[in-house]
Amino acid sequence: MSRPAPTSLDELDRRIINALQGGFPIVDEPYWEVAASLGTTETELLARIQRMLEARVLTRFGPMFQIERLGGRFVLAALAVPEERFSDVTERVNALPEVAHNYRREHALNMWFVLATETPDGIEAATRRIEADTGLKVFAFPKLQEFFVDMRLKA
Amino acid sequence: MTTTALPDEFDRRLIIATQAGLPLVPRPYDLLAEQLGVSAEVVKARLAAMLESGRIRRIGAVPNHYAIGYTANGMSVWDVDDAHIARLGETIGKLDFVTHCYERPRALPDWPYNLFAMVHGHDRATVLAHIDEIAALLGPDCRRHDVLFSTAILKKTGLRIGNDG
Repeated sequence: MSRPAPTSLDELDRRIINALQGGFPIVDEPYWEVAASLGTTETELLARIQRMLEARVLTRFGPMFQIERLGGRFVLAALAVPEERFSDVTERVNALPEVAHNYRREHALNMWFVLATETPDGIEAATRRIEADTGLKVFAFPKLQEFFVDMRLKA
Repeated sequence: MTTTALPDEFDRRLIIATQAGLPLVPRPYDLLAEQLGVSAEVVKARLAAMLESGRIRRIGAVPNHYAIGYTANGMSVWDVDDAHIARLGETIGKLDFVTHCYERPRALPDWPYNLFAMVHGHDRATVLAHIDEIAALLGPDCRRHDVLFSTAILKKTGLRIGNDG
């Protein structure tokens, strides 16, 4: 998966991104309300959100569900992948729908992914499947305590 | 904290209807209501209730951090005293450059770290300066630490429930 190059965003785009990382209103015409607070029009706001989603400046826009409060599980896991097998193992790991994110990182444990399943049992099954498919030991790092999570970053 | 309960049938349908995103139309909750066969009042009330209970963290945009200029992303990992991790985690989690902060189990002997803090910055030097700030805050409570920079996104889809694909 490629990284989008830092895109040329104008000042209004940045203000929109920052405003949309706050609480989006639950009112009949929420885009109108946000547009008014930014000094733009509803039409312009909707067009810019659409464009930024298409350009992957925004990865999504909508409710962010806390899946653990809905019965699901997220578990961070890692593999130490031999360099010559890296692309093969990437393909095998990414093939599982339970793998939500996967990053290459600089460390002996060089592949870090998040398993996301609708029920707790799914994690164990996905872990066993990855071990069987790759012959590598899965290091699982389930969270024990959450101190802070907020993906807000100022644009 | 809030108890975990399975979503009821309506909440589940609401999640499936919105997990790809909120409709980009002037009256998005009306459109969802039409799709789900209920009134807009019901949709708005359920979303508000899920926000209140923490089942929805927030309604909003997730920027691609690379696209908005945060090209360096370091997972910093720390080996801190278990007895003090709650206090230390709260302190580190409050830093504005930390987007996620968790206690996770060690995997000895390969992995001695129990505190994870994700740090984003416009370049590696900035991230490393932030790591130094964390190290200074932890002081002697931290035995060792490391930072794992990401060098490629191999997959990024997020969780999808209730689909057949």
